[in-house]
Amino acid sequence: MSGNAPVTVNRSLHWFAVLTAFFTFLLLGAGGLVTSHEAGMSVPDWPNSYGYNMFLFPPSQWIGGIFYEHTHRLIASGVGLMTTILAVWLWLKDPRQWMHWVGVAAFLLVVAQGVLGGLRVVLADAQLGIFHAIIGQLFFVLTSAIALFTGRWWQNWENIQHPTFDNQQPTVGNRPNAEKLDVGGSMLNVGCSLRRFVLFTTILIFCQLIIGATMRQQHAGLSISDFPLAYGKVWPDTSASAVQRYNEDRMSVIAENPITAFQIILQMVHRIMALAIFVLSAACAWQARRQLGKKDPLAKLALFWLGLILVQIFLGAATIWSNKAADVATAHVLGGALSLVTGALWYIIAFRRSAVLPEIATTTTISGAYGGAPAMAANK
Amino acid sequence: MKKILLIIGVAALAWVPLGQAADIIGTITLNGTPPPEVPYTPLMNDPNCGAMYKKAPTTHFYVVGPNHELADVIVSLKGVTGKSTGASQPPVTLDQKGCLYRPQILAIQTGQKLVVKNSDSCIHNVHVVPAVAGNPESNQVQMPGGPDLSFTFPKPEMFMTFKCDVHPWMFAWVSVFDSPYYCISDKEGKFVIKNVPPGKYTVEAAHRKLGTLTKDVEVKDSDVTVNFTFDVK
Repeated sequence: MSGNAPVTVNRSLHWFAVLTAFFTFLLLGAGGLVTSHEAGMSVPDWPNSYGYNMFLFPPSQWIGGIFYEHTHRLIASGVGLMTTILAVWLWLKDPRQWMHWVGVAAFLLVVAQGVLGGLRVVLADAQLGIFHAIIGQLFFVLTSAIALFTGRWWQNWENIQHPTFDNQQPTVGNRPNAEKLDVGGSMLNVGCSLRRFVLFTTILIFCQLIIGATMRQQHAGLSISDFPLAYGKVWPDTSASAVQRYNEDRMSVIAENPITAFQIILQMVHRIMALAIFVLSAACAWQARRQLGKKDPLAKLALFWLGLILVQIFLGAATIWSNKAADVATAHVLGGALSLVTGALWYIIAFRRSAVLPEIATTTTISGAYGGAPAMAANK
Repeated sequence: MKKILLIIGVAALAWVPLGQAADIIGTITLNGTPPPEVPYTPLMNDPNCGAMYKKAPTTHFYVVGPNHELADVIVSLKGVTGKSTGASQPPVTLDQKGCLYRPQILAIQTGQKLVVKNSDSCIHNVHVVPAVAGNPESNQVQMPGGPDLSFTFPKPEMFMTFKCDVHPWMFAWVSVFDSPYYCISDKEGKFVIKNVPPGKYTVEAAHRKLGTLTKDVEVKDSDVTVNFTFDVK
């Protein structure tokens, strides 16, 4: 089926996809709690739990770190099952062939993620934990994108015929080459530069999440224990004697490993990148508002994104101020996941809009794109 | 006559010792005030473990006596390897009691058996996290009243981590030596490395938080005293 052919929106499928994305978000939180509580290895076997079938492990034995690790496994199993159902559902009921393969990709990714999590335990390899955390974030982006793709809004956009397919000179009303498309409201094309800007910021957030995952998987607690300064300085002393002094002063109950100069520098890079992401997301929000108008959904989403980044920076600071309290650190992980997904979905939506509204500014009338009466484009 | 002189000479050589093993003794002290120990708050928040205490126990990173004597310092002869007698030595015991490892600092030889017990009424997992290649990482369940777990390590390593992930505040640090020439300072800061053969050595004192200090000594036919003072930076 052509990507531009009309499709019927399957509301049940869409809401199931939304639910899968929501549970994936919960799963990320459960995984964050596991690492925050240093409980990743509290259930030494896999796929069994203390010799029991995972689903028959008695709740009376879910004590200490076992509770976090075991519930993470159970939620992961639930998400795995939901993703499998989603993939089959997409394959059978979604008329868009490319969506079949998106479903298959989600299925393969959730299987790989489950096996990776299991191997991290069985092989006792902390490095695998970094990949497990990163793939978890990517999987959340994928399930969120599926929720977007199965929604009415997206499919209505797909339903829109590209103006140039119908007319060599697309014109609507009496203003050829005008700049607005009316699809139940006026929307402007998203400029290529703005899209690239958002994409770059999103990639930077992803890199930031990789750094965050690496820091968490060091199992060394906070490598810098103060904020906004670092050991009382703008840039901390990372000489061997200074690091020795920091380790002498650290009296953490659960920090397993002594900190190293590398870990201190890594946290400084994390801080600098947070600042860069804030500046870039603010610039994105400002550009989106300037180019698209303040009522445009993407402009609003960009503003929401900026707010999310601000909250995320506060959570990062709170993680330090609370000496890496498990709930605060986990909220910081979830804030990172939401920031990544928001940026990724913003870009996908903008890309889709740009496919309908080509870079050469055009104006057209979209009939029934939102299931309503044909609307007339107008430059207001 | 020559034969008699030869016999007397050989007898004299056999009677005069070529060199006797001696002990290296000393005291470890701490100069300065260490940071205060912190209470095991997560332990008290755990229903099983917290029930065993009326007041939260604290960490013991710095065990310091009234006259600045420093305990839990591992003293060894640096660079002495290939002398392990671990296989013939009795096992060393590490217990899990009150949701804490006891003792938290201990030392064994390569090939020597380390026995880990669970004296608690709750599950622990014994997660060994070596940093030296050749010492295997392992993670085993130990149920309450379950059989003891045994470990041996082929490579020397300082402060190898033993941890329980069920109770993430539980740590022990095991140092492994490839010789019998090591000891741990006691509560009075004293240490004795016994039966050291004559020779020149570098004595190393290692504290998990304070790092290491070294001193060169020569052992002849009597005990050698060497003291160390760590500074809180």
